[in-house]
Amino acid sequence: MNWIKLKNNTKIDALSIPAITIDELREDVRNMKLRPIGFFGKQEFENIRLYITLADDKEGMIYVSSMLFAPDIKSYDSLTKDFPQFHNFEREFYEEFGIEPKNHPWLKPLRKNQDEYPFFAMQGEDVHEVAVGPIHAGVIEPGHFRFMCQGEKVYDLEIMLGYQHRGAEALMLNPNNRLAESICGDTVIGYNMAYSQVMEALSDIKISQRAEIIRRIALEMERIAIHIGDMGAIAGDMAYLMGASVFGTTRTLVINTMLEICGSRFGRGLIDVGGVNFDITPELSDKIKSVLDDVIKIVDRTAKVMLKKPSCISRMEKTGVVSMETALQLGAVGMAARSSGVNLDSRFDFKDKWYKKCPLEKEIKENGDVYSRFNLRYREVKQSAEFINDLLEKLKENNDGIKVQTNNDLTPNSFAISITEGWRGEVVHTAITGVSGELIRYKIKDPSFNNWYMLAMAVRNNGISDFPLCNKSFNLSYCGNDL
Amino acid sequence: MLDTIKLKYFQGKQYIKDIKNAPMREHFRGFPVIKSGDVDCSCCPTGALISNPNRIDLGKCTLCGNCKCEAIQFSNCYKLGSTSREKLIISENMAAEDYEKFAIESRKEIVKIFSHSLKLRQVSAGGCNGCEMELNACSNCNFDMGRFGIDFVASPRHADGIVITGPITKNMAYALEDCYKSVPEPKIVILAGACAISGGVFQNSTELNREFLGKYPIDLYIPGCPIHPLTFINAVLDLISN
Repeated sequence: MNWIKLKNNTKIDALSIPAITIDELREDVRNMKLRPIGFFGKQEFENIRLYITLADDKEGMIYVSSMLFAPDIKSYDSLTKDFPQFHNFEREFYEEFGIEPKNHPWLKPLRKNQDEYPFFAMQGEDVHEVAVGPIHAGVIEPGHFRFMCQGEKVYDLEIMLGYQHRGAEALMLNPNNRLAESICGDTVIGYNMAYSQVMEALSDIKISQRAEIIRRIALEMERIAIHIGDMGAIAGDMAYLMGASVFGTTRTLVINTMLEICGSRFGRGLIDVGGVNFDITPELSDKIKSVLDDVIKIVDRTAKVMLKKPSCISRMEKTGVVSMETALQLGAVGMAARSSGVNLDSRFDFKDKWYKKCPLEKEIKENGDVYSRFNLRYREVKQSAEFINDLLEKLKENNDGIKVQTNNDLTPNSFAISITEGWRGEVVHTAITGVSGELIRYKIKDPSFNNWYMLAMAVRNNGISDFPLCNKSFNLSYCGNDL
Repeated sequence: MLDTIKLKYFQGKQYIKDIKNAPMREHFRGFPVIKSGDVDCSCCPTGALISNPNRIDLGKCTLCGNCKCEAIQFSNCYKLGSTSREKLIISENMAAEDYEKFAIESRKEIVKIFSHSLKLRQVSAGGCNGCEMELNACSNCNFDMGRFGIDFVASPRHADGIVITGPITKNMAYALEDCYKSVPEPKIVILAGACAISGGVFQNSTELNREFLGKYPIDLYIPGCPIHPLTFINAVLDLISN
C-alpha cells in the first residue's frame, strides 16, 4: 500500500506513513486523479522527507504518502510538466530545501530572493511593460505585478510575491490561537478553526456540539461580511459608487454583529482550542437573525438594481474569463474555482455533519468571468444567511457548554490535518509531532496559494484598465501566500 | 435611474455624526482597567502583560481578553492612540478619561500645517490585512474620515505622511524606506496596530527587519489588533487639532 487514507480533522501515526519513489508517485497521481493539497518537506536527521497529501473530493478522504531524499540526492524529475497543479508546491519545496525539480517550466523564487527574480520578457513592436508595486495605489497588502502589454491589451501578467513573508510556519511551532488568527487577518475564523481542529485532533479533544455550531455560525458570518465587502469593491472598481457605498455600510452591520458576539469586528478571540470563548444567548441569537434578515433585504435590493444596469453588466460580463479547463489544470480551489464551474467545496465534499444536515447545495457558476464571481458571492451570501438561521435553531437544542478542559499534551509521532472552507476556499493546516509530542512541522496552505496564477490567466487578453476589477473579483490573499 | 434614487432613499444617512463621542458597543475590548492582584502573565500571547505591579503594554497588546480576571477588565473605551511609546504602558488604577487627556500631545507645527488637510500613504509591511481592512473602513460611509480632510492617497509624492501596518518584514524594509523618502518634507509617521508598534504576535520572527523605526521619528502610535476605525480617526484628529 503506497498511501494512507484518513478523514478530515483526524490524525494518524506519522511513522506509519509509507515512503515511495518518484516514479510510483507519478504513476499514482496519474491513476488516482486526485489533486494535491500538501507537498512539503521536513528535515529528518540527515535526510529530507517530502510529505505529499492528496484530496479525494468525491469520497471526502485524504491520502498521505512520503518520499525520502538522502543527503546526496539533490534533484528529481519534476511533476509539474505532467500535472501543472503541482507548480507552486514544487517551487516552494525547492526554495525551502534546495532539492531541484528537474525540467520545471518556471522554477522561480516564491517568497525569497526577490532581487534575482527572472521575469519573463516579451519583445516586438509596440510592446511595453508596466510594473506595479510592491506598494499599490489602494490600502492593500504588497505584491509586485508586471504586465506585458501591446497597447492596452495585456498579453501576460507575472505576479511576484513574498513581501509579506513573516516566517509564520516557524512561529507556529510554538503556536497559540492569537497567532493562528493573525496569519491571514481577513480569514480569522477560517484559520483559527483549522488550527484548533488540528490541535484537537492531535490531543484527542472532543469539543461540545454547541461550540461546533458557534464556530460554524462565525465562519458563515465571516463569509457574508467579506463577500458583501467584495461586492462593494467590485462596484467601486467599475465606478458604480452607489453599490460601493451601500454594500460597504451593509458589511458594517454584519461585522458589528460579530463584535457583539466576541468583542472584535473580525471575530478575533472567539475560538480557542477546546471550544469557543463566547456564548450566543437567546437574545443575541434573535438579534443575529434580525440583522441578517435586514442585510439580505438590502443586498437583494442593491444587487438587483445593479444587475439591471447595462453599464455594470457590460463591465463584468466576459471580463477576466478563466475556463474550467484552465482552473482544473492550475488546481484552483474555493469560490474562484466554483465560479469557473469546478465542483469543489470542502464544506460539502468532506462531509461536515452540520452542513450535511442542512438542506443546502453547492453554488457553482460556469462562465468564469467577473460576472460569475460577483453572482456567486451574491448567492453564497444568501445561502450562508439561510444556513446561519438553520444553525441558530440547532443551537437551542444543544446546551452542552462552550468549552472543554484542555491540556497541551499532543500525541507523539502523529500527523494531523484539517481542511476548513474559509470564504476564499479551503484552508489546509497540517501538523506533525515528534517523539515527545512537540510540534516539529506546521504547514499551512491558503487557497490563494493555488489561485494567484488563476488571476494571471484571467487578465490575459483583457484591457489593462480592467485589471483592478479582475483583481477585486478574486480578492486573493498576499499574506496567506507568503506566510 | 429611479431605482438608484430609491436605493439612496432607503440607504438614508449612514454617517456617524459626532465621531469624537460616538457610542461604542459594550462588548468591544478597549482600554484595559487594571487593579492590583494576581494575574497570569503566561496567558498573554505577546508578553504585553507585566505583573508586580500589574501593567499592560498597549503597544504589544492584541486586546484578546485572554488575561481577563478580577484584576484586569477591558472597558469599551476606544481612544487608545498616543504620541509616545512609553505612555502606551498602562499602569494600575489608570482611568480611560485620564489617559485620553495626556496620551496625545499635539505639536504646534503639526497643527499649523496639517489641521485642515492631511493626506496619508499607507504601507503594509507584513500586515495581515486586518488593519488594512479597518483603514479602508475609515473612508466608508459610516466613518467618513474624508470630511475632516484626512484621506489615503495613491502616491507618496502626494502624501503628508505614512501609516505603517504590519511587523515590517525583511522583504518590505527597502520599499518602506523608499516610500518614506519619497514623501515631501515636512512629513509624519503613524504606526497602526500592535504589529507595527512592537511586532505583535510576530515579534519573535526571524524574518523581520525593524531598523526603519530606529532611524526615523514616529509621531503617533495607534494600538489595536486590528485597530478600530474610531481609534484611528480619533487619534489622528487629536494629533492635528489643538
